[in-house]
Amino acid sequence: MTGIKQPPARLAEILRTCEELAFDLEFTHAKAWRKAADDRLLVGYLPIYVPREVIHAANGLPVGIMGVGDHKRIIKGDAYYQSYICHLPRGIIEMALDSNLEVFDGFLFPAICDCIRNLSGMFKLAQKGKFTRYFDYPQNFKEHIGGTFFRELIETVESDMFKLNGVKITPERLNHSIGLYNRNRSMIEAIYDIRQEFPWRLSAVDTYYILRAGLVMPVEEHNAILEEVLELIKLDHGEAMDNIRVVVTGSFCEQPPIGMLKSMEMAGCYIVDDDLMLGSRWTQGDVDDTTDDPLGAIVTAFLEKSPSSSAVYDVGNPKGARLVDLVRHRHADGVIFCAASFCDPALLDRPELQKACDAAGIVHINFQFHENTGQFKVIKEQAGTFSDSIKLWV
Amino acid sequence: MAEVKEAVKERSMVIQKEMLAELFTELSTAKEKGRKVVYTFVPGNLTELILALDMLPVYPEINALQSGMRKKSASYIKDAEKMGFSEDVCTYVKCDIGMMLNGNIGPTGEKLPDPDLLLLSYTGCFTFMKWFENLEKLYPGVEIAMLHTPYQEDGRITEDQLAYMVKQLEEEVIPKLEKVAGKKLDRARLAKMLDNSSRAEDLWVKVLQSARTVPSPIDSYFAGVYYMGPLFTAFRGTERALEYYQELHDEIMARKEQGLLPVTPEGEMKEERFRLVVEGPPNWTNFREFWKIFYDMGAVIVASTYTKVGGVYDQGFRHDPDHPIESLARYCMGCYTNLSLPQRVDLLEHYIKEYKADGFLINSIKSCNSFSAGQLLMMREIEKRCGIPVGFIESDLVDPRYFSYANIKNRLESYFQMLAQRKTILAQQTTTEQA
Repeated sequence: MTGIKQPPARLAEILRTCEELAFDLEFTHAKAWRKAADDRLLVGYLPIYVPREVIHAANGLPVGIMGVGDHKRIIKGDAYYQSYICHLPRGIIEMALDSNLEVFDGFLFPAICDCIRNLSGMFKLAQKGKFTRYFDYPQNFKEHIGGTFFRELIETVESDMFKLNGVKITPERLNHSIGLYNRNRSMIEAIYDIRQEFPWRLSAVDTYYILRAGLVMPVEEHNAILEEVLELIKLDHGEAMDNIRVVVTGSFCEQPPIGMLKSMEMAGCYIVDDDLMLGSRWTQGDVDDTTDDPLGAIVTAFLEKSPSSSAVYDVGNPKGARLVDLVRHRHADGVIFCAASFCDPALLDRPELQKACDAAGIVHINFQFHENTGQFKVIKEQAGTFSDSIKLWV
Repeated sequence: MAEVKEAVKERSMVIQKEMLAELFTELSTAKEKGRKVVYTFVPGNLTELILALDMLPVYPEINALQSGMRKKSASYIKDAEKMGFSEDVCTYVKCDIGMMLNGNIGPTGEKLPDPDLLLLSYTGCFTFMKWFENLEKLYPGVEIAMLHTPYQEDGRITEDQLAYMVKQLEEEVIPKLEKVAGKKLDRARLAKMLDNSSRAEDLWVKVLQSARTVPSPIDSYFAGVYYMGPLFTAFRGTERALEYYQELHDEIMARKEQGLLPVTPEGEMKEERFRLVVEGPPNWTNFREFWKIFYDMGAVIVASTYTKVGGVYDQGFRHDPDHPIESLARYCMGCYTNLSLPQRVDLLEHYIKEYKADGFLINSIKSCNSFSAGQLLMMREIEKRCGIPVGFIESDLVDPRYFSYANIKNRLESYFQMLAQRKTILAQQTTTEQA
């Protein structure tokens, strides 16, 4: 044995649990929570962002539905989508047609692309859930214009939930929920901060399991997990490899297969930041949880503290500059553009983001994937070459 | 590839050709004459506002489709792909950007002027937003106005949505247009233009509804895309558009009166064998060959959804001079691709019944998720509700790599055989019942 410090056994145990929960496409844990009381609600949402605080305050559990990845065989879903449409919605339709999404009370489809938008209509046509909403958040960022519209949109969802369980969202309840999610996001950021310095203590894949598991459990439980993980990764363990550090961007909706993330890391790229679970990290900083108008605080946070995203109109705050800032902030050596095939938002952003990187002297490579891509040899070779070239020449 | 003969031109076509030539001449001299130029999109366009401020609109989608028809799109798309755009993304965007990279030469061979304003009327297509973000980078420092049009997710326009739209128009879009134009909006002039729009829309609806007649005097898809041009683009609200639609209306009513069939590029159709409703945009790179497959088989498109992307006027909407801004807001939210999927299916069902269609066909466009995502479910719903044969073909807007003439022709021929067989069976059943 060498002198490498082994990871704490408790961390391995947490990771096993999170991995299992993250890819449980029957949503067993969430459904069990729902069944424990009649006035609870299960509200599924698609990438990227919904204000989960509001669902929580209505005694609901917001459940992130991030696709089936390579964990479910698509049989019926392919008959609903042409070959040139991304993979994510066909997996979600497959789940909706099977039993996976039974027990869910409602579904929210954030406004991120035409596929997700039309999927909301498909759920309506197929009469899935007791309510289905296309969550059309504003692209106008003035408080009295876009802000008012966003508030009304959230109030519509509040009304949908109230009709089902009669739970009124009081300012106290909403402030409490906001506080829980503030804590959740701040701990996630703290994990990223530690990983930036010691990425070997918690791999990108392990981080992914922990964050994705958070989409299917109450925030209180997830906060407890994050607290433990934070303490455990403060402990010195593992061994630093001669890897480069990269930011992965473009995977905010359809998720790359785990094998792909592993391949990148094994090829010599520590992923020190990414947009994989962007919805869980959406608000940059805290939402005010001390006001008489907590809904207003959520609206303001959306208007003023949203991250760089292909789903948000970037005029006045260009995504290219924000990506460059992120790379600098994380002291990353390069960027891996990693978008799902046929993902218009990510792929239409890519040329300008690449130009911004070029102008800033940041090197980058580019991959496309499907959530069920099974071959990683080429990706590993390219990521390895990218890593080697940076180590040798940059 | 099929041989296509010289097109036959009616007077309305000549008028439209003149209108377009005048517009492109005006555009080519806009800078020297101090005219401001606004780039904007067809669905949810605010043409009356632009024209009422004496500015000139340019529609990047129209540039792209014109490039497709002029066989220029393949090289434009390749140039955009060299710049880093994926093969997977919207070919309108790539074609438009490729055209700019190659000097921005318009359909008449004259250079299109750079924009003074990018007016992003973000209606019914998420890609529009990405398109304009890219244009903004290509024209650094250009003025931008953004109009976020909420989606009719609940199958209706809500008061909240309407208020959001009106506020954006009054407080952001109009002030920005005025700033670029260097003058205040003349509201009386706007009202007059909206009145013109409304009258032209009345005529347009009568043209569309002429296809209820059996046989139909028009093809609502292949010819429809020409008919809709002035109303959906730079001429809505003008006297010239009114003149065009009056001429078109009179021509078509005369055809209807005489029991004539649609005019095609090779002359008048002689037989209407099949009446179809079509969902989805056409292919532009091989438009004439595509159309020929239909008219050679006696297939007439009696209603289409593509001719509603610039407004679903046949369901009652009219621009309203008495409520100008509110009606512009309602117009934007009412365009076809801003309708929810259940609304779209209802509309298609209505067309199939109202227009006595024998079949329903989807031309699924690789580039256009706004149309394409969900079409296979829509097809199942229509089959279930209407019990008519449904067909499905695939092509693209302006990328010739995705237009396979032989495949499409084979599929359509099989589909038409199916329709013919069904007609025979239905006729036999009727005969038996009568006996």
